[in-house]
Amino acid sequence: MLEIKNLKVNIGDKEILKGLNLEIGQNQIHAIMGPNGSGKSTLAQTLMGHPGYEVTAGEVSFLNENILEMEPNERAAKGLFLSFQYPSEVEGVNIISYLRMIYNHSHNEKLSPIKFRELLKEKMTILDIKDEFLNRYLNDGFSGGEKKRMEMLQMLVLEPKLAILDETDSGLDVDALKVVSQAVNYLAEKNGMSAIVITHYTRILKYIKPEFVHILKDGKIIKQGGEALAHEVEVSGYAPYMN
Amino acid sequence: MQNIVINNDYKEKYGFHVDSNFTHKAQKGLNEDIIREISTNKNEPAWMLEYRLKAYEIFKKKKNPNWGGNLEGINYDEICYYLRPTDKELRTWEEVPAEIKDTFERLGVPQAEREFLAGVKAQFDSSVVYSSLLSELEEQGVIFLSTDEALQKYPHFFEEYFGKVIPAGDNKFSALNSSVWSGGSFVYIPKGVHVKRPLQAYFRINAVNMGQFERTLIIADEGSFCHYVEGCTAPVYSKDSLHSAVVEVIVRKGARFRYTTIQNWSNDVYNLVTKRARVEEDGVMEWVDGNLGSRLTMKYPSCYLVGERARGEVLSIAYAGEHQHQDAGAKMIHAASNTSSTIISKSISTNGGKSSYRGLVQVAPGAKNVKVRVECDALILDDKSISETFPTMKINDSSAQIEHEATVSKIGEEKLFYLMSRGLNEAEAMSLIVSGFIEPIVKELPLEYAVELNRLIELEMEGSVG
Repeated sequence: MLEIKNLKVNIGDKEILKGLNLEIGQNQIHAIMGPNGSGKSTLAQTLMGHPGYEVTAGEVSFLNENILEMEPNERAAKGLFLSFQYPSEVEGVNIISYLRMIYNHSHNEKLSPIKFRELLKEKMTILDIKDEFLNRYLNDGFSGGEKKRMEMLQMLVLEPKLAILDETDSGLDVDALKVVSQAVNYLAEKNGMSAIVITHYTRILKYIKPEFVHILKDGKIIKQGGEALAHEVEVSGYAPYMN
Repeated sequence: MQNIVINNDYKEKYGFHVDSNFTHKAQKGLNEDIIREISTNKNEPAWMLEYRLKAYEIFKKKKNPNWGGNLEGINYDEICYYLRPTDKELRTWEEVPAEIKDTFERLGVPQAEREFLAGVKAQFDSSVVYSSLLSELEEQGVIFLSTDEALQKYPHFFEEYFGKVIPAGDNKFSALNSSVWSGGSFVYIPKGVHVKRPLQAYFRINAVNMGQFERTLIIADEGSFCHYVEGCTAPVYSKDSLHSAVVEVIVRKGARFRYTTIQNWSNDVYNLVTKRARVEEDGVMEWVDGNLGSRLTMKYPSCYLVGERARGEVLSIAYAGEHQHQDAGAKMIHAASNTSSTIISKSISTNGGKSSYRGLVQVAPGAKNVKVRVECDALILDDKSISETFPTMKINDSSAQIEHEATVSKIGEEKLFYLMSRGLNEAEAMSLIVSGFIEPIVKELPLEYAVELNRLIELEMEGSVG
């Protein structure tokens, strides 16, 4: 469903991705691992269409359509989702009405506030989110863990076809990690969602089992394998892949 | 990402049209005869005429303020100061431009109100629609009349209070208003009376509140409580280029009064308003003020805290679009001990607009344990737009506790990208950020106003991207 061919991306004058190739199929979980500065977040931001990342070469097609010219919201409408490593705080924006707004957009529906609350309740149970949480403003003053839960809640509301999780595990304790993983596994089972789990550590891969693991280094995928590759990294770190 | 252009030009967007023969009938410029004519037509007591004439002398002597906005575009000789009732000329509903009708439609303004707003009807007959609510007020002894009518019926209130909080000589525009005032509201809330519903909500649209030189006098007697709401969020077309209102509020001992204004003038209007409250012991005055539209607004709601433990609050939002300057702020004068005040000001500048916060906090010598909090936040939506802050503090007693915070922010690319990645288009993301920014003030508004204000800001942003 996602095909990346020879992707090259600059930030300013600096080339970060240097010819990256990747293919993701329907209902597959991929892990992209790599040391700091290898280009993991750049890949995530570029796929979602951040205006600060300049694509200098290559192709990205999602569901057989070139998405590189699309606005972020058009990519979202096609079923792409990015869980941010550092979600923005949007002061004054009420969470429930925001969630209902993005739900109505993505589902082309106009659910009433009451109907939407019912729908939300089920999703909140998966994430173990309390009602009081909803009375706050979007990410405003949230802890790192709360922000990640909020990302997952938005993912459950949007029900994307492909979710990219950009270091969603960083800064989470084990309980939060389990909860986040549950959300991904739930959509993978229910809707056949695919996911790209971007991570530095192997911790999260105990809860979200990847079928494919890719090692990203210096803007390129340098090794691919199955789940076993993640165990290798766990044992030996990234050192064997460094020059 | 595309550049954002938020179209706030009412002339273009709402396309109101001025009847060319209208201005021929009304007399331009100001002189003593016009003032005498106003007073005679209204059958006023002799002292009011004298008051007007004295104010006129002051007006002539005073210069335009040399601070604030650019007032050079005002030509006092080209302005009509008084319209005889026979001069009133109305357009038909068919003549109202389609964009305006569409805006009313999308704001959900009722038909009767639409006709009034578009100048089809001279008066919105609230007495028919709201008669049961009116009688409820009457039973409580609340007086709520046009200022002209109240002067006839209750002259003693005027002799005691009129022009006492804001003397004619306060500034050039209060002098002008004092000489030619017409319309406005008079409100008296008797001792201990709590008015349950926001007052203006019954009369949301009312001809007397849309005058050019309206004069409002409010007396909240001891221990009373009332929320008064003025204006509306739908764009108001005005054929007059200068609006200069005076609002005087007297908050007696232990009373609590909130005055909410949302104004959305067409783009050629100078809106120069003097609003002030005198707050006695344990009284609370709250000004909630929203300014959209106009060419230049200069408005600094004030509280003179003259009794112990009196409290003043100003919450204001300004939205400055293309060719607009919102010069707004607040004044808090602490003349007694244990008084406290809060000023929260939020401004949005876009498409070359300019918004200025101008504030004064003054603590008189000997006023002990005064507490002051000032917070002004500015949001700038593009590189062409400007925000300025002019806070003045004159603190003459060392026991005062003063907090001051000011922030200026631009809508960040990251925030926009974040919201767009969740499926919102750029304009939707932008208006969500803006409505979040003003939320602390919007949540203080009566629900229907809050809904309308948010919808209006959405309309301003919608379809104007790129």
